[in-house]
Amino acid sequence: MDITNFFVMSINLAAVFIFGSTGESITEKSGHLNMGIPGIACLGFCGSVLGANIYLNSGADNIFLAYLSIIFFALLCSAIGGLIFAFFTVSLKCNQNVTGLTLTTFGVGINTFIVSTIGDNPGYSVISFNYFQHIFPESFFNANDFTKLFFSYGFLFYLAIFLAIFSTIFLKKTRIGLNLRACGENPSVADAAGINVTRYRYIAIIVGAMIAGLSGTFLFMNHFKGALEYDISSYGWLAVALVIFAMWNPSLSIVGSILFSLFYCAPSYFNFGTYGKLATALPYLITIIVLTITSIFNKKEMQGPASLGITYFREDR
Amino acid sequence: MNKNITLEVKNITKKFGDVIALNDISLALEKGEILALLGENGSGKTSLMNVIAGIYFPDNGEIFVNGEKAKINSPKEAYKYKIGMIHQHYKLIDVFTAVENVVLGLSKNEYRELLGNPKAKFNLKEAENRMNEISAAFEFNINPRKKVYNMAISEKQTLEILKVLFRGVDILILDEPTAVLTPQETKRLFKVLRNMKEAGKTIIIITHKLNEVMEISDKVAVLRKGELIGTVETSKTNENELTEMMVGKKIDLNIERSEVKNPQIKLLIKNLTVRNEERVVLSNINLNVRSHEILGIAGIAGSGQKELLETIAGLNKIEDGEICFINDKNEEVDLKKLSPTKIRNLGISLSFVPEDRLGMGLVGDFNLVDNVMLRSYRNNSNKHFLTTDKKNPTNLTKNIVEELEVVTPNIKTQISKLSGGNVQKVLVGREIASQPKVLMAAYPVRGLDINSSYLIYNLLNEQKNNDAAVIYVGEDLDVILALCDKIAVLCAGKITGIVDARTTTKEEIGLLMTKNTENEENGN
Repeated sequence: MDITNFFVMSINLAAVFIFGSTGESITEKSGHLNMGIPGIACLGFCGSVLGANIYLNSGADNIFLAYLSIIFFALLCSAIGGLIFAFFTVSLKCNQNVTGLTLTTFGVGINTFIVSTIGDNPGYSVISFNYFQHIFPESFFNANDFTKLFFSYGFLFYLAIFLAIFSTIFLKKTRIGLNLRACGENPSVADAAGINVTRYRYIAIIVGAMIAGLSGTFLFMNHFKGALEYDISSYGWLAVALVIFAMWNPSLSIVGSILFSLFYCAPSYFNFGTYGKLATALPYLITIIVLTITSIFNKKEMQGPASLGITYFREDR
Repeated sequence: MNKNITLEVKNITKKFGDVIALNDISLALEKGEILALLGENGSGKTSLMNVIAGIYFPDNGEIFVNGEKAKINSPKEAYKYKIGMIHQHYKLIDVFTAVENVVLGLSKNEYRELLGNPKAKFNLKEAENRMNEISAAFEFNINPRKKVYNMAISEKQTLEILKVLFRGVDILILDEPTAVLTPQETKRLFKVLRNMKEAGKTIIIITHKLNEVMEISDKVAVLRKGELIGTVETSKTNENELTEMMVGKKIDLNIERSEVKNPQIKLLIKNLTVRNEERVVLSNINLNVRSHEILGIAGIAGSGQKELLETIAGLNKIEDGEICFINDKNEEVDLKKLSPTKIRNLGISLSFVPEDRLGMGLVGDFNLVDNVMLRSYRNNSNKHFLTTDKKNPTNLTKNIVEELEVVTPNIKTQISKLSGGNVQKVLVGREIASQPKVLMAAYPVRGLDINSSYLIYNLLNEQKNNDAAVIYVGEDLDVILALCDKIAVLCAGKITGIVDARTTTKEEIGLLMTKNTENEENGN
């Protein structure tokens, strides 16, 4: 048993959580709590399967077309999920928790339906192995343990890291990021400052959902290596927990994701016996500890957006 | 027409439903002038300013800025005409720094235009520099990188002023800027206002503190019940004249008032001081509340009325002093150590009607019976071991609905579906039904029509005749004068006077309400 392989496997899986928590962080920074992230990951998954199937049926053999088709449909499906959530919670002002949980159930159901309708295809794993598993040549990253740890992943992994870091900079440094955070902190103040709260929230929710949807693509093409799965919501719940762990900072969620992923992979890699399964509960336990610590310190920067989960009614006065 | 006139409003009328908030109001302001807008609560001061700042759109009338007709649909458009308003509740985001709050909501072009640099990047460096420039010009003391939640109230206010100045505003509107400031901070603010006046800015300040009006303003406009009573030059008027304009002549209301018979002290409040998170809200209050008497509490909104009642009900922590209840056996009970439930069980009942009516005492989604039950479910008889007794509350609700003429489809209707007046009747009716020894009613007629108001007055009188001690907090001085036996006037958390309602005048109360207590008056 090689410890490097264990780390490589865990770090690779971390991309799922990075996509999920980055998407959810952006959504939550706008003030809306999307509990439908697990469902949106499912939608991203079935979108990817759909895209892969279309690509295979077209008979093309081109890495760019494969990426284009798979990612386009994943983004499309998850954007629809985000749009549904935004429409219900922003426009119709429904309860966000209820809508999110319903969306999760909906996503799992749709995924099961579409994936089982399309069915398995040996081509999926071919695409996965040929295009998605590694971006750098094997001769390069197999050189030593160091290169293996850092360079043996696929394109989507590096995209996840990039998106997480980019999102942090975007939220902290840009004008639009500032306005977006204002919507999440105090929508009436943002409104008074002339910010279109509804538009910002719609865009944040949809873009957040699209990023979270890529976790489905990553699971399909990188983690399961082209095998079909019906219910991947457990990965999504971890992503939701991670947002709290990372204190709404996508860059910090990279560290958290790797940590969570190590705990997630450990039982299946090492033979801990019966109690090994307990390790899968550790991420949640850590989240509770982080929540406890941040509330003890009670520092405003560590807390979530002040208006998180509260639907904004613009009143007459 | 005078060329120096920067802002002119003509014949502004604004209605909310049937209520006329502003009736045909015209005002003109010159460059470099400070206008004080004076009036009681609900006189339309803030509504008028909201019209100018683009928050409300007037039903009728026109606004001219520098002689040009202005159409102001939003606060953002108001900035185009260089009008900025600083609200009573600051519009700041706590976790942002000062500079982040200042630039919030500016578009890329606006940002560059304000900084006068067509290539300005959004790294806030230049914005910080500009903030420091403004601070230097007007002698502000503010750190652009300080987070708002670390700021004192006066700093937040300075930041709000800086925010509008950053946007190049020439006409500033301040809504009760001194309400939350200490005297020293007020002094500093006035210095800033004078500096801005020197720089040619036009300033409108909403207030109801007469001494401040006299100190800072060049002109005073007095509003009462949506009407402009008059505009006078500060140097040619005095506090008495302004008070008279503000409160108006006494109106005879014909509220029945029985003589006080055999009053017994029920509540003894000694040297009471209460502090909330930010400041002292009640300081050194001495007050006796007697049975068979209605004690009126008058004061500008936010002078500590709410806090006083809440403290008696056990909802606020007492910092200093004591509140004693004297029971039927003539024993003193110290309320300081008791929980709100125990205080209530002594027969001290609070019915508070907040601005949103459902905020305190009622649950909007509950029906009438359930809301009435909220007071009685603890006194369950043994007959109902696991379940609650619904029979008595149901009967009581039926009585309230019948006697107080509550308009409701039936008693199982969600209370949030009733109109405001009816909600209030249920609330007051419920409190009275518990036959309290001390009944505290805060703003019980807020928003009610005349008939419903009289119903409530009669109820309070009934309680008085039943030997209860009644505390009435109200906004309308005429009502307080006609209903109460004794009036305690609060100003900024202090009692500025306790007067006999039968002999006092409206002007006397008006002056007490707006008096800064240098010479403290206590006692009974």
